[in-house]
Amino acid sequence: MNWTSFDNWIVIVGALCAIACALPGCFLVLRKMSMMGDAISHAVLPGLAIAFLISGTRSSASMFIGAAIAGVLTALFTQWISRFGNVDRGAAMGIVFTTLFAVGLIMIRRAADNVDLDPGCVLYGAIELTPLDLIPVFGVEIPRAALVNGGALLANLLVIVLLYKELKLSSFDPDLADTLGYSSRFLHYLLMTMVAVTTVAAFESVGSIIVIAMLIVPPATALLLTRRMIPMLLIAAAVAALSAVFGHISALIVPGWFGFDSTTSSGMIALVAGGFFVAAWLFSPTEGLVTKKFLMHREAFVEKPSAESAS
Amino acid sequence: MSDILEVLFLQNYNTRLVVLSTTMLGIAAGLIGSFLLLRKRSLMGDALSHATLPGIAIAFAVMVSMGGDGKSLPGLLLGATLSGVAGILTMLLIRNTTRLRDDVAMGFVLSVFFGVGVASLRMVQTLPGASSAGLESFIYGKTASMVQSDFLIIALVAGVSSLIVLGFLKEFLLLCFDDGYAATQGWPTLALDLLLLGVVTAVTVIGLQAVGLILVIAFLITPPTAARFWTHNMLPMLFLSAAIGGASGWIGASVSALTPQLPAGAVIVLVAALLFLLSMLFAPAKGVIPRFLRQSRLRRKVDRQHLLRAAYEILETEAGGNEVRNESFPIKDLLTKRAWSQRKLRHVLAVAKREDHIEPAAPGMLHLSEPGFGEAARVTRNHRLWETYLIKYADIAPSHVDRDADMVEHILGADIVRQLETYLGEKHISLPVPPSPHMIDLGKEETK
Repeated sequence: MNWTSFDNWIVIVGALCAIACALPGCFLVLRKMSMMGDAISHAVLPGLAIAFLISGTRSSASMFIGAAIAGVLTALFTQWISRFGNVDRGAAMGIVFTTLFAVGLIMIRRAADNVDLDPGCVLYGAIELTPLDLIPVFGVEIPRAALVNGGALLANLLVIVLLYKELKLSSFDPDLADTLGYSSRFLHYLLMTMVAVTTVAAFESVGSIIVIAMLIVPPATALLLTRRMIPMLLIAAAVAALSAVFGHISALIVPGWFGFDSTTSSGMIALVAGGFFVAAWLFSPTEGLVTKKFLMHREAFVEKPSAESAS
Repeated sequence: MSDILEVLFLQNYNTRLVVLSTTMLGIAAGLIGSFLLLRKRSLMGDALSHATLPGIAIAFAVMVSMGGDGKSLPGLLLGATLSGVAGILTMLLIRNTTRLRDDVAMGFVLSVFFGVGVASLRMVQTLPGASSAGLESFIYGKTASMVQSDFLIIALVAGVSSLIVLGFLKEFLLLCFDDGYAATQGWPTLALDLLLLGVVTAVTVIGLQAVGLILVIAFLITPPTAARFWTHNMLPMLFLSAAIGGASGWIGASVSALTPQLPAGAVIVLVAALLFLLSMLFAPAKGVIPRFLRQSRLRRKVDRQHLLRAAYEILETEAGGNEVRNESFPIKDLLTKRAWSQRKLRHVLAVAKREDHIEPAAPGMLHLSEPGFGEAARVTRNHRLWETYLIKYADIAPSHVDRDADMVEHILGADIVRQLETYLGEKHISLPVPPSPHMIDLGKEETK
């Protein structure tokens, strides 16, 4: 393995992005909306295409705005269809994002002659290339992706710290939140905006796989380990960061086992996060499958003599 | 024009296969998607289609390393199916052994399997001597370049899947509506669940290469959701959903065949989305606009009855125990009876004027018309009958009964009122009509 300063940056960018996604992801998972990240990351395609057609460049600022708008619209349309049409939210989400994706695909294909915009590059941004795109900050050269994802992380952190109580309340009991005067609808759209902006910030630089995985898998892992909100956020952030580190390391090592040169770090980061989930699934101290088996054995063992002594 | 008809009616040899396969695919997916929708698992297709990616990559690698053609379709489909099944088993396992819900299980499988798929695809693409560029077509679909063997596979799988669904119709319905009951009746619910998901996998996998990874999801979700707006019954919904799916495939593929640069999968999805939008807005059973009209009609009726009853009660108070007479009274008295804003009051009065329930009167005064007065008496009578019934039979305190009666009385039909009358021993109100002063010739028998 050949560790360079490049790899340092890749790990840092990956970790920033992963944590930025995992934090709002916790609230998504609690609200039974885990699939929102996936929906948004597909539905931004027309936003990207329109932004490109209007501005004529692949400049990240206009693409970012276009995608963020499309992302928020996805959440909005989903909400409308499920509320006015009385449709199951999963189905509403599926209809909205496939339709938007189809619109985006057609726009890109129609403009393909003079446009260098490949749908593939939208779905798999390359985290490996992030250290090449440097911008100076206070005289230090740092990758733009680190700045973008760090910014998203800070923004998410700020919102969650400021509105922690409200977000938590409206996730568990939206009706109570409404009666106490915290508009659960406003909080819903705020969360959706957070997810949309984070998603777009991340996959514009590192690809959508990391985003989708990090919105769901670390929070799900944390949910298996704790039933309290703050520990859940902390564990999710830790799992996300560790997945980024070990994901990149395994992207360098694992292909060698099968005789290949290299693979994408983003895919491996998702895989490592999945590994953490499986570990928690089996060995969580309170509800792991293996732990429960073990505890049952011990209880059966310990209970007997105590029952006898009691009688 | 003749081109369009040629394609639509399958006369054109080049497009016939494509149009036929997408139509069949749409029908099968429409049937199967209905069950997913009812089980609130619409996004299962999403998770599933992403979960096939590792299988495709691995099947490709295995076939290349065995010296074969890496892009042989049956092999790739087999790989896709196996990894799709693995994804589904993981999903069921997570759902049944943890307290995480369906959406988390689906999201987990989707993201991790897709991650593995992308990672292994990237590895496989560096395989020497084998260009795997074609694998990308699994993600975006390659409808236009479909050949006869693809068509045969699609026809076979779509046909068999539809037959399975129709054969197990009763069992699947039971599973969707009440799986607990199904289990107590001795049905193997897990096996049925697996069979249903197996069919979903098969259709997703063959749909993949026709319309692409992302758009096959729409095939499973959009037609059933659109069909749901038209009916409250399951069987009509199933067939309607199949019809919408088939129509989307047929029209979408035809349009894309006629227009270069239009990817078929995307057009099919847009046609389905359009049908969904129309159904959502206009379907009589559950559509948004018909429902809105029904609601506003009811609201108008409620407002009218409130106005008339308030007017009658005001007149009754003024009569002070004598016979109630239809006289003018100040409009503002209404506001002591109802908590209406000025705007609402104006609106209600305007509607009443249009319906000829009130007559012109001095400014600031209200005068009921003759039919309005009769209707007011009837409405008030219904209200009091219902109040009496509630007090007598439902033990509701007289001080509270007004509100409770108000919630129900507006939807009381004439026959229920008649029942109330018999319960309460009330007489029908009928106006004393004098006999006709001349002969009435109905003349029915002669004309027939």
